[in-house]
Amino acid sequence: MAYQFKKELEKPERFVGGHRLCAGCGAGITCRAVMRALEPEDKAVVTNATGCLEVSTFMYPYTSWTESYVHTAFENAAATCSGVEACYEALKRRGKVQDNFKFITFGGDGGTYDIGFQSLSGAMERGHDMVYVCYDNEAYMNTGIQRSSSTPRFANATTAPVGREKQGKQQDKKDLTAIMVAHGIPYAAQTTFIGNFRDLHEKAKKAIYTHGPCFLNVLSPCPRGWQYETALLPTITQLAVDTCLWPMYEVEEGVWHLTYEPKKKKPIEDYMRLQGRFKHCFKPGNEWMLESAQQYVDEKWEQLLEKCR
Amino acid sequence: MAHLDRLSGNEAVAVAMRQIDPDVMGAFPITPSTEIPQYFAQYVADGLVHTELVTVESEHSSMSVCMGAAAAGGRAISATSSAGLALMYELLYVAASSRLPIVLAVSTRALSGPININNDHSDAMGARDAGWIQIYAENNQEVYDNYVQAFPIAETPEVRLPVMICQDGFITSHAVENIELLEDEEVKGFVGEYNPEHYLLNSREPLAVGPYDVTHYYMEHKKQEAEAMKNAKAAILEQARRFEALTGRKYGFFEEYRMEDAEEAIVVIGSTAGTAKATVDMLRAEGRKVGLVKVRVFRPFPGEELARALKHCRAVAVMDKSEGFSACGGPLFAETRSALYDLESRPKLINIVYGLGGRDVSTKDIAAVYDRLHHLAQTGQVGEVYTHMGVREEV
Repeated sequence: MAYQFKKELEKPERFVGGHRLCAGCGAGITCRAVMRALEPEDKAVVTNATGCLEVSTFMYPYTSWTESYVHTAFENAAATCSGVEACYEALKRRGKVQDNFKFITFGGDGGTYDIGFQSLSGAMERGHDMVYVCYDNEAYMNTGIQRSSSTPRFANATTAPVGREKQGKQQDKKDLTAIMVAHGIPYAAQTTFIGNFRDLHEKAKKAIYTHGPCFLNVLSPCPRGWQYETALLPTITQLAVDTCLWPMYEVEEGVWHLTYEPKKKKPIEDYMRLQGRFKHCFKPGNEWMLESAQQYVDEKWEQLLEKCR
Repeated sequence: MAHLDRLSGNEAVAVAMRQIDPDVMGAFPITPSTEIPQYFAQYVADGLVHTELVTVESEHSSMSVCMGAAAAGGRAISATSSAGLALMYELLYVAASSRLPIVLAVSTRALSGPININNDHSDAMGARDAGWIQIYAENNQEVYDNYVQAFPIAETPEVRLPVMICQDGFITSHAVENIELLEDEEVKGFVGEYNPEHYLLNSREPLAVGPYDVTHYYMEHKKQEAEAMKNAKAAILEQARRFEALTGRKYGFFEEYRMEDAEEAIVVIGSTAGTAKATVDMLRAEGRKVGLVKVRVFRPFPGEELARALKHCRAVAVMDKSEGFSACGGPLFAETRSALYDLESRPKLINIVYGLGGRDVSTKDIAAVYDRLHHLAQTGQVGEVYTHMGVREEV
């Protein structure tokens, strides 16, 4: 059946309100949308890395998750999930569990690109039937906006600050989705929430219902770290894809496929201008930053188009 | 019916694992525990167990797998040593505080650095305050027996804490001994079916594990964990009682060897107890009133019971196979001295750190300790309390 946003919203929520995430935060939107992709008859166990999402959605004795949920530490969400999934296999074999369970892990970019990278790589290589969802907000937001390997070049972060000698992060963002693709997993995709959430929904559904290890990278802006007005959240995600900074694509069994191509590619500075973390890039004398950022986006976009051809 | 077999300590543990047939094993190799996942992988390959073997990329992930599996509602196991245990360190606390009854086999080994693969207790002792029950073995039979008792202790509802089953790396993990094995069905009957009250894969009732615990609740939860460790004492004795009924082999918090009228005693953990027992026999033959206490359960620490066992002694040497770098003695010494404090009259106490990084200990070394205790008892002069044994001064 074709995707109908209204119908999807009629489903009972599996990630409910009352959590303590900030207004204008992308993480909660990502989780709610991913959980909506579960078929009503299926159950899930959610694993969560330590981070904003964990401390905001499972503060004892309250939880926002209607499904079973487990958090153990920051750097091991994928391994923890693989233990849950392995146990499911064992208990099914013994006839102790009858229902269908799906295994979904959420981690921020710190817990995914950086400290949880080894754990993630191991779980993907071993082939567990699970989905790892990175809600990528491009810095360690829970501890106060420190740079991660996902932080884009030039962004202001508290451990890559703007100063007289150096202005913001010096390195480009790690291309984690491509690294996950290189693991040879059956499904990897990059998305964010725009419009009627169709792209995110369909990818989440594929990731959940493709057997084996799947990876979903969801750009999930952070109003505190990115410094934007909370109401601008959908504008920012839309610009991220329309500037081709965050292309939406999927890789199924090694085949690259672009799922969204902007009618007219917008300049990167349209995206950067709305965010305080790039403010210094617009100062006189820093024009080269905007040029360099544009050049980087252009090169990466061309490389992606090549892969998708 | 039990039967005899010749097994290394590692294989004995692997056999016990096979007989228990747990749900998930997180496996990563590290000397000297590596054989345990090797043997177990063969059981999996041969279809002898139902276990999901998760061959992870680090010990950090093997403990993470165990936590996920135990929270999900299964029995979870792993095995490790030294740096592997150290890499699990953060997660040991998480596993215990999440009240997950995981069983971890530890073939103890020196913890770097410098790197050394041989036995001492610095790895397990470093994890002594993580909230895990710790049970140590003298020989291969004991490590097998301890392993069989581990899950029923861990899963006791008033306890629900993870258990480390420790044996001396190489000394027992690799030495082959004749041991008595239970039949598979006897072991399965002893450990029983595991049906946890709450678990992630319960489709009738979702469960959330591992909250952000704010100040308002954290201390209550830690107190509950502390109470659970106290409750573990009764659970350990109860399982020992059941085990004795099954096998005739008697276990407690510690073993007293020729302590009835002993005036001078050694307190020790692990395989060195065997050497010390032989020494005690030699000295007893000469008419010396010497005895030995071998500590089996280090967490929970049986302080009151140990004080009762030692109160008639004139002099006691506590032997630590690990350094604590407290500058006033090793961990077993600290616990033992604290336990004796409440006695009306206490034996004189010394601490001997020995056997680090596999440094050998002979009956001659132990006899020298008893000689020192004898001199101490005669003169009342304790001298230096905290010393190291078998150190070449010229190095």
